[in-house]
Amino acid sequence: MNKEAKNALFEPLVDNNPITLQILGICSALAVTTSLVTSLIMCIALTAVTALSNVSVSMIRHHIPTNIRIIVQMVIIASLVIVVDQVLKAYAYDTSKKLSVFVGLIITNCIVLGRAEAYAMKNGPFLSFLDGIGNGLGYSVILIAVGTVRELFGSGKLLGYEILPLASEGGWYVPNGLLLLPPSAFFIIGLMIWAIRAWKVEQVEKAEYQIHQVHRTEVM
Amino acid sequence: MEAYLSLAVKSIFTENLALGFFLGMCTFLAISKKVETAIGLGAAVLIVQGITVPVNNLIYQYLLKDGALAWAGLPDVDLSFLGLISYIGVIAAIVQILEMFLDRFVPALYHALGIFLPLITVNCAILGGTLFMVERDYDLAESVVYGLSSGVGWALAITALAGIREKLRYSDVPDGLQGLGITFITVGLMSLGFMAFSGIQL
Repeated sequence: MNKEAKNALFEPLVDNNPITLQILGICSALAVTTSLVTSLIMCIALTAVTALSNVSVSMIRHHIPTNIRIIVQMVIIASLVIVVDQVLKAYAYDTSKKLSVFVGLIITNCIVLGRAEAYAMKNGPFLSFLDGIGNGLGYSVILIAVGTVRELFGSGKLLGYEILPLASEGGWYVPNGLLLLPPSAFFIIGLMIWAIRAWKVEQVEKAEYQIHQVHRTEVM
Repeated sequence: MEAYLSLAVKSIFTENLALGFFLGMCTFLAISKKVETAIGLGAAVLIVQGITVPVNNLIYQYLLKDGALAWAGLPDVDLSFLGLISYIGVIAAIVQILEMFLDRFVPALYHALGIFLPLITVNCAILGGTLFMVERDYDLAESVVYGLSSGVGWALAITALAGIREKLRYSDVPDGLQGLGITFITVGLMSLGFMAFSGIQL
């Protein structure tokens, strides 16, 4: 695998993560993470749609007139999402009920349109495919991490299996109900961004307003 | 009447699209640095949401629903799988029409909304509102109320966040949390605040 392909695949994982750095696709990242199963299904669905839409857009990129390109991309994405939605309804009906509107919302997920517009319009099908997979994985890493934390500490289970025995059932763990509620997702992703930026210092944003630093010579 | 009021209060506060369902987060986080732009975007979402939800409701009721085509003599046809692509098409078309209409008749508002109007097509709050309407099976009157009040709720949330972020500029935030990180924490706290409204019934 040459360098370019490797970059397209692995760069979005941490260095250029769609959620924590590009601020794309946050809506669903927060909403479906109350349990690990829904997060996993959502990750697979999004990765598939991103990869396939990148390939399709990239294949016809020389034939799309520039001023209607967004509509063309939207139509491609919407058709792919319909396929994914129908497949989920056929083979994983319960989970698709739990995901409710969020499968449909993949259409307006900025990751998909963003990558089609920014990458697939300029690169060949194979590289675009890898880029789609890479960005899907970058999204999945965050989603799975958030989903694991929320399900494990919110209800003491992982994928439905008991890990931490609950106090109400004779165990020792008192579940933190807050983790099952919407606000916790914001806190977890906020802290995650903090952790990533403490590791990759170059991602830190500059403060808009710098508080005046007092130098010791000024005090004297 | 009471049922509509209750629906309105529910969708403005407890089931706020931005803070309860995380819809429209990308724009919510990206365009909330200044109160004025936030109000402009909020107004645009309110207008578009108030139009698209009822229109999509009509399309769903009379074209797509199982058996909806009975008036055309096709009682066994179920086109609901075409839902997603029709809703997004309707939304894109309405945004486009609204843009041309405002440009021609209300240029002041058109210039105030500027770039936000076309961006609304890909705002998940709009498509999300429509999908919730379909999932909960609202009738036309309910969907008018739902569209308007969920738009108000979103506008309220983004304006409040912009107000907080303006104040936040002068506070000493840890380096790694600067910008996006602290915004997430702020929104989390706001969301906790909005949850306090839950259980209110009229």
